[in-house]
Amino acid sequence: MLSKRIIPCLDVRDGKVVKGINFVGIREVGDPEELARQYYEQGADELVFLDITATHEGRRTMAEVVEKVARQICIPFTVGGGITSLEDMKRMLRAGADKVSVNSSALRNPDLIRQGADMFGNQCIVLAVDAKKQPDGSWHAVINGGRIDTGKDVLEWVMEAVALGAGEILLTSMDADGTKQGFDIELCKAVRSAVPVPVIASGGCGSLAHFAEVFEEDAADAALAASLFHYQELTVQDVKDHLRRQGIGVRP
Amino acid sequence: MIGIIDYGMGNLRSVENALDHLGLDHVISSDLQVLDGCDRLILPGVGAMQDCMKALHESGLDDWLKAQTRPILGICLGMQAFFDASQENGGVDCLGMLPGQFVKMEDPSIRVPHIGWNELEIRPDHPLKEILGDHPYVYYDHSYYGTGLDPDTVLGTSGHGPYQIPGLAGRGHVLACQFHPEKSGETGLKILSYFGKEMQS
Repeated sequence: MLSKRIIPCLDVRDGKVVKGINFVGIREVGDPEELARQYYEQGADELVFLDITATHEGRRTMAEVVEKVARQICIPFTVGGGITSLEDMKRMLRAGADKVSVNSSALRNPDLIRQGADMFGNQCIVLAVDAKKQPDGSWHAVINGGRIDTGKDVLEWVMEAVALGAGEILLTSMDADGTKQGFDIELCKAVRSAVPVPVIASGGCGSLAHFAEVFEEDAADAALAASLFHYQELTVQDVKDHLRRQGIGVRP
Repeated sequence: MIGIIDYGMGNLRSVENALDHLGLDHVISSDLQVLDGCDRLILPGVGAMQDCMKALHESGLDDWLKAQTRPILGICLGMQAFFDASQENGGVDCLGMLPGQFVKMEDPSIRVPHIGWNELEIRPDHPLKEILGDHPYVYYDHSYYGTGLDPDTVLGTSGHGPYQIPGLAGRGHVLACQFHPEKSGETGLKILSYFGKEMQS
């Protein structure tokens, strides 16, 4: 049986792993290769690197980071942030990434998903969505760390993206992100019902119980967390031991 | 020397990194003369089958691959290319080195693509059974799976909903992985090590 995946996420700026709450108060927490290696040894199933660099120079640095990380670890990893063209995808995949994620660039140009899937296969293209709840109960896709509401309905957007060729959804709840109050189960379930591809839950995880909850509720195929792991509040091994005790299938 | 076949499809870097980890000598090439000098071959592959077969045909690798007798490993799309045909892209004829077709997983009870780590149940009489020990997990990322295989060629399977996916297949000099051994941690490295050092034609 397919096991549930635990995915540490590393936000990278100018070649360093950083962490901020709700995208503000960003500070450096470490070296990407070193952290990737630690997570690999702890039993991480996969890694996600989000390049939050804004400059051209930083993008080149990111490709170098990806090359170094790929030499260190033999588990899959996704690179996102600043992927705006087929060329960007090719550069990251050539450097050793297994998948690329697109977010605001796909909202601006949905055809980027189709082009990427045609060239590299659906399994390579991850749609990252930052979702914010609206007063009417729906969710809108937001960009720029939640500062801009695109007005796009999240459920419609994921269906459109999967039809274009997205093979996986990395779903971040902007309402839950940084709160440590648990994943947004309602949002995850809604997206998982809307599309047949795997859904990675992100945002809000603060404890072992939160990991168990999202899987027990059958709301996600994988769970992603960043600060919990960076600040060594929990190790990936702690999470997996807990899930196994709860009867949830994880890779040893 | 292991020849990693470069035909423009797939992430050769990951395979190269994994072989580096194991200290296995390798060369990436599309040159048949270079590849002829290798004693083992790996056909990687990511993308769509139509492009894959087109690239193999245009480079003359298709007939060359069929004529091989040296140990050869196909990974993911490279594996699928070894079989008769794939339903992808409206139907594509493949190399026919092993019997079977690839069809899309479509059962509503499961997630497709089949992405993530799944347990690989290896046939008790295969050497990898002992090498990998109990409950090995491997990393999959695919939407098409093999059907109509000769049961003798199915070496290992993984369950995904109603499907028994032939994750590991082979016969004689051919070994084929639907999963990505180069991305399957220590288990994957053991499989690559078996192929690179022990497997005989």
